[in-house]
Amino acid sequence: MKNIMMALVAASALLFGAVQAENADTQADTNPGGIGGVGSLRGMSEIETTRPADDFKRFPKDHHLESSYVYQPPLVPHTIRNYEVSLNANKCLSCHSWKNAKEMGATKISVTHYVNRQEQVLSDVSPRRYFCLQCHVPQADAKPLVDNNFQSVDSLR
Amino acid sequence: MKLLKRFWKRLSTPSKAAAGVVLLMGFIGGLLFWGAFNTGMEATNTEEFCSGCHAPIVKEIRETIHYSNRSGVRAICSDCHVPHNWTDKIVRKVQASKELAFHFIGTIDTDEKFKERRGHLAHREWQRMKDNNSQECRNCHQFDYMDFSEQGPRAVSQHSTALAAGDKTCVDCHKGIAHKLPDMRDVAGWQ
Repeated sequence: MKNIMMALVAASALLFGAVQAENADTQADTNPGGIGGVGSLRGMSEIETTRPADDFKRFPKDHHLESSYVYQPPLVPHTIRNYEVSLNANKCLSCHSWKNAKEMGATKISVTHYVNRQEQVLSDVSPRRYFCLQCHVPQADAKPLVDNNFQSVDSLR
Repeated sequence: MKLLKRFWKRLSTPSKAAAGVVLLMGFIGGLLFWGAFNTGMEATNTEEFCSGCHAPIVKEIRETIHYSNRSGVRAICSDCHVPHNWTDKIVRKVQASKELAFHFIGTIDTDEKFKERRGHLAHREWQRMKDNNSQECRNCHQFDYMDFSEQGPRAVSQHSTALAAGDKTCVDCHKGIAHKLPDMRDVAGWQ
């Protein structure tokens, strides 16, 4: 009899503990700093709720892109899915380098890319200009999040 | 010794069973052998089998169009790396036994070793594809059915000239389509 009682007590203690642990996990107010609730362009961001992700934006296969301001790095008007630009390989240069551009019918990269930061002219692309995608980016088919009234300068209009 | 002698006698003396029975046994045996052989060979063509040793390389395909795309058609390792034609397949499988040996020596069993050797491995595979006129590409991408009007202007200018004339083959331009690239410094047409 005594043994059964002990077993019962032990089991109920275990159960009670489990239920307690469950409660602690789900309750939002155990978060000492609150759960946020800051309003932003993406809506209210509460730490404990995860908003479903937006759909991926589509990149047009080939389109025409105008510059918006003087000295803007030209945009990439085609898809660049899986184009590797790394220490090993630079897919951009296989068409846009001076060596290949003519044969591929692509735009040559600017002469400024052959100058290092001591203003010396090099015989090949300067290492500081090697990672094309730092400045030249493709444009997704996406609407701006915020309205703006930017107008490009007369010469580019 | 006695056992061997008896076995030899059994092989050398004519069977007491009827010729039909012997033929049937041979036929069934052949079927079983062929089935088992082919199943075994197919098993070495699955993605799981390749991942057994090449897990990090197998993963690289995931972000490419040959793994995920709008229509859900996809290629697995063996579609590109093992010839589909039977005799060529056997030849490649026998060659692969050499690769097994390297696996046991541990030639590329760490990341560093693999990176070191990646260029060598890639160049070998490109050469193989060049030698067989990119047969594994052409198993799906058949030149005769390419619609140039659906291709971009740059693609048309290359496909309708060099590829059509046979001067170049798929892999000459399409390198690293399912994998990361090795050092491309000395590769023609790059950089």
